[in-house]
Amino acid sequence: MSDPKTKKVKLSGTSATRLPHKVLIDLYGRMRSIRAFEDKIHDSFLNGLVYGTTHLCQGQEAVSAGAIAPLIDGDYLTYTYRGHGQCIARGMDMEAAFAEVFGRSTGVSGGLGGSMHLTDMDLGLIGSFAIVGAGLPVAAGAAMTCQYEEKGNVAMTFFGDGSTNIGAFHETMNLAVVWNLPLLFICENNLYGEYSPILSTTPYEDIARRAEAYAMPSDIVDGNDAQAVYEVVSRHVERARRGGGPGFIECKTYRYKGHSRSDPAKYRTDEELASWMEKDPLKQMVKLLMENKILTQKEIEAIDQEISAHTDMAAKNAAEAPFPTEKSLLDETYATTPLKNFG
Amino acid sequence: MEITYREAIVAAQREALKNDDRVMVMGEDIGVSGGPFKTTVGLFEEFGGARVRDTPICEEAFVGAAMGMAVTGRRPIVELMFADFMGVCFDQIVNGIAKHRFMCGGKVMVPLVIRTMGGGGTRFGAQHSQTGETWVSQFPGLKVVCAADPSDAYNMLRWAIKEDNPVIVLEHKFLFTRTQDVDLDAPISADILTPAVLRQGNDVTIVATLAMVERALAAAETLAAKGINVEVINLRCLRPLNMEPILESVRKTNRLLCVEENHSTGGWGGEVAARTTSEAFDYLDAPPERLTLPDWPMPYSPELEDAAMPSADKVVETVVAMLT
Ligand SMILES: Cc1ncc(C[n+]2csc(CCOP(=O)(O)OP(=O)(O)O)c2C)c(N)n1
Ligand SMILES: [Mg+2]
Repeated sequence: MSDPKTKKVKLSGTSATRLPHKVLIDLYGRMRSIRAFEDKIHDSFLNGLVYGTTHLCQGQEAVSAGAIAPLIDGDYLTYTYRGHGQCIARGMDMEAAFAEVFGRSTGVSGGLGGSMHLTDMDLGLIGSFAIVGAGLPVAAGAAMTCQYEEKGNVAMTFFGDGSTNIGAFHETMNLAVVWNLPLLFICENNLYGEYSPILSTTPYEDIARRAEAYAMPSDIVDGNDAQAVYEVVSRHVERARRGGGPGFIECKTYRYKGHSRSDPAKYRTDEELASWMEKDPLKQMVKLLMENKILTQKEIEAIDQEISAHTDMAAKNAAEAPFPTEKSLLDETYATTPLKNFG
Repeated sequence: MEITYREAIVAAQREALKNDDRVMVMGEDIGVSGGPFKTTVGLFEEFGGARVRDTPICEEAFVGAAMGMAVTGRRPIVELMFADFMGVCFDQIVNGIAKHRFMCGGKVMVPLVIRTMGGGGTRFGAQHSQTGETWVSQFPGLKVVCAADPSDAYNMLRWAIKEDNPVIVLEHKFLFTRTQDVDLDAPISADILTPAVLRQGNDVTIVATLAMVERALAAAETLAAKGINVEVINLRCLRPLNMEPILESVRKTNRLLCVEENHSTGGWGGEVAARTTSEAFDYLDAPPERLTLPDWPMPYSPELEDAAMPSADKVVETVVAMLT
């Protein structure tokens, strides 16, 4: 059964390497890709390529990169409307991701889902849920599948600080513990839910306290330090794979942009934003890589350039893809599998 | 006074907050920031955080709490940011709020208002584009109104706050910037629930709600140029449904078309058509028709979304087909 004790990790800020160099470079690549993708989405909506709304995650890249890198094939994820980062970290094809956000027929969901609903079952990316809290119970179900199948797979669910005030969060926390599910709860605590600062809606800033109430092992980690996120999440993932039950990891982080496309984020100060930008997850990783002589500035620039070129090309191709045209969407609405397939 | 739909919603709440201590407003980000759709702008500054209250993200809790306040003598107004979020608090609405008075033998009142904004055409995708009309119009105990213009938005909300029963006021995201001359001092009256004939005509009766009303009116213009005169009725209230003005119109036009932003199965158009068929059968020259959303969730991609929405062009086509 789960260990009811919790172990807190100090907010790091340290520049010692504790992971293999390969892993660190991989984390950097994932983060750079997310940043490049989100910056491109931002530009694209200014250019009229993105419709409706979009929720960007610049500043939070270390959470997706660090938490997803320890996952393997066959693991499952659920995430939210702010879910581009998880998809890119998990390796979603960038062109298909852009195409979805641009509403094109070549998008991951043929343009039916949009920015808030990127999904790719081949990668275990079950879906981004635009109803707060809705992804958590679904991840519990995926964890049940993992439990039945006994292949050592896990499910991971991403959600924000604000989501921990809704019923679905609490119900899923309890279920995960009493059924000992291989389910990782990754709370991206970016200190705001929409326009509300966390303390106006929640009694404390350390969301991990909620895990203690459910007797779920938990950690708090510097969510801008990809190495730290990776280490802590890995420990929980390994335990879950061995049948040790769920774990809760609170990642302290910050989003640079407003909540959504229409939000200028007037409810926070420039100083606050600037102080978080100093702790930028990419900058931190660059520093780590360079100070420890893992990569030279030149090598880092080469990685950046490659990712940036790949991103530009993916976006360009996506923007040239056709829109889906009017047609019946009944096949997308209902499966029409012949019954014999269930024999 | 010329005001927007959005300003109408703010004005109705301001008036109630000013005149009745029992009234309070709650919802997500409706206080300091004036609401995600700016439908509570200035109220926090004027009435303070206890009466214009930001909630955590917990629709089930604050909708249930509204019922608790209502049965203990207060008059809460709840804002649900998107009609789609009624799904999260559906139990409180249909098993609690709708039935409580009945289960208490009629001995209590549940005077609360749930305002929520729905509808498509905004590229918000399948989980943020539903009107919610048919979700809630099934349940005895609730009253359900749909605001199609600033005057509706203002007067329905004022009425709803005074009403001694739970009222769900459905608004449409697409209409927030619409303007209209609204008499802010008009008496508060249940007349605002009566279906309104917005345009007279003899050929076909078109019944619509929310954003479909302006589309029906636009279609009426086009049809008039073709020599076809339709009567356009803003249905306004889904529960209780007042059929009389519709029947009266159909007795004149002998044809009925319902235009609604819902899927056809279980849509209100089915009810209106059925009632018209049984109550004005002899007057009908053609089967009642419905123009609705197709039978799939709202697609994100713009062309597909536009194709899904009933449009003025489709109204024109349908009317022409009904007459030939
Ligand atoms: C049930 C429900 N209520 C309200 C919303 C509107 N909404 C979308 S995101 C959000 C804030 C969520 O905050 P948090 O969980 O901290 O995630 P973040 O956006 O910061 O990543 C709100 C209130 C929603 N989508 N679903
Ligand atoms: Mg947050």
